Amino acid sequence: MDRAKEIVILSGKGGTGKTTLATSLSKLIPNKVIVDADVDASDLFILLKPDPLRQDEFKGGSIASIDTKKCIQCGECEKKCRFNAISRNKEGNFIVDSYKCEGCEFCTYVCPVNAIKMNPQIVGNWYVSETSFGTMVHARLIPGAENSGNLVALVKREAQLIAKKKGLRSIIVDGPPGIGCPVISSLSSAALALIVTEPTLSGIHDLDRILATCKQFNVNAKIIINKADINQSNTEKIQQFADKNGLEIMGKIPFDRCVVKNLSKNLTPIDSDNCGAVKKEIKKISNDVLRYLSE
Amino acid sequence: MWISVASGKGGTGKTTVAVSLALSNKNTIYVDADVEEPNGFLFIKPVIKEEFSYTELIPLIHEDKCTFCGKCADACVYKAIAILKPVKKAIFFPELCHSCGLCSFVCPVENAIEEVPKEKGRIRKGEKNGQLFIEGILNVGEASGTPLIRGMKKYIPHDRDAIIDSSPGTSCPVVESVGDTDFVLLITEPTPFGLNDLKLAVEMVKEMKLPFGILVNKHEEGNSLIKDYAREEKITILGEIPFSREIAEAYSKGIPVVDVLPDGEKFFVNIMEKIRKGVNTSG
Ligand code: SF4
Ligand code: SF4
Repeated sequence: MDRAKEIVILSGKGGTGKTTLATSLSKLIPNKVIVDADVDASDLFILLKPDPLRQDEFKGGSIASIDTKKCIQCGECEKKCRFNAISRNKEGNFIVDSYKCEGCEFCTYVCPVNAIKMNPQIVGNWYVSETSFGTMVHARLIPGAENSGNLVALVKREAQLIAKKKGLRSIIVDGPPGIGCPVISSLSSAALALIVTEPTLSGIHDLDRILATCKQFNVNAKIIINKADINQSNTEKIQQFADKNGLEIMGKIPFDRCVVKNLSKNLTPIDSDNCGAVKKEIKKISNDVLRYLSE
Repeated sequence: MWISVASGKGGTGKTTVAVSLALSNKNTIYVDADVEEPNGFLFIKPVIKEEFSYTELIPLIHEDKCTFCGKCADACVYKAIAILKPVKKAIFFPELCHSCGLCSFVCPVENAIEEVPKEKGRIRKGEKNGQLFIEGILNVGEASGTPLIRGMKKYIPHDRDAIIDSSPGTSCPVVESVGDTDFVLLITEPTPFGLNDLKLAVEMVKEMKLPFGILVNKHEEGNSLIKDYAREEKITILGEIPFSREIAEAYSKGIPVVDVLPDGEKFFVNIMEKIRKGVNTSG
């Protein structure tokens, strides 16, 4: 069997309702593996309440440390470090700022007395969990850690393996914000990107950049406008932009306080009856996604 | 004083708050360090006075001089270089390169590796009614915003207070944008998502030993999710902005919250005062 089709939900910027939609779709679409690729701030677990089956460590790069006893204070390492990670402390000793160190090892090459050691870092954990709506692969990167792109690649690979073992044909990926390495990593090998946007000036600006990123990585993208009625003229602008670029608008979800109200009770809009219009639109979107998946 | 505005995650109103803070306090510089999705200019609408590209050095391997010994590829911890000895080929993967310069340092052949500048993004400087504005725009397809943020910080003049609008999340670019700042203002909203992201952000700033405080956005009477957490953790809440459709609509038109909130300017001046007085606690 082929690889399972990956549907990745992105937004350029966070806070557009991406995770709420991802959770709703995870509940509505059957026979899939769920991936939370927002490894910096995974939130999907809050609503899906996964039960961990397996936990593994994720190793990032190494970070340098200087042995002050060996150091002869020549300053060569400080001179060569392009990340300004090495400096003198108050006592006059050379030290490494672990937040600035990128682990390139240049300092270890120039130190004449071998005073610098590289220390491998464990930068996060990743999990395979069971939820009431299917198996979920997710991760937690320790704050400030690097390599989130690699971690995204890892959780996606694991999800493909699970899908294959269980004979599932699709994977729903809640993507990370931005357009940087974790996003690029979640786009690689995706079948479809659902871009959630808002009819705000910043929303339109972000949309433009995330679509350019999708295009660069050759991923088919469709747009969902959240809170579509808070600014009709901006929604209109997004519609025109989409028409001009041959992009489909898959749904327009209205603004409703019920979404936040539900969230504060750990519910998505589709879990209750007080969110009628929002619920109806999300169901329509999920049917469209289902149709796409069966193509 | 440098104040960074961070949020654990985007969409909490970080940019409109950062802009409002800068607009209400005279002589502050607004710095948009959210280089993946810079949006501050939409609210400030500055006149751009200067724009230049930000570059970092990457290796250019001259195959005519290269002996294909493979020393550079062995040294590069990011595996940005592959040397195919049998077919005499050097392959460079720019998206993996961190511009550390080690490859050219270890290369035994003179001039086989040349370091050449590559544009990572652009930096724009502008002004609006005496309000200074700096932003970084990461080139699409660039993997990491961190170098650009690092580079941009060099252009912040030190004779004024700066408000640094950081990128969302808690990963490397955020660490770079809040690093070296004197105070971190964490924006959050009273939902389970908001609280979870806030906890991650708090963990990050505590780890970095930076003073910080919280500003609650989209606050609703009766919802004490954030308040309870802040009380337990002994973190100061510097202010609350109510949840309202009016603010959401204004935001959609590029109007910052300071212009919609009753007594908005006073509210943000007050927050700045509190930060200055150091009512904050890092827990
Ligand atoms: S290069 Fe080695 S000896 Fe010289 S300052 Fe750095 S750690 Fe010390
Ligand atoms: S500059 Fe550093 S990261 Fe880039 S190719 Fe050379 S050794 Fe690798």
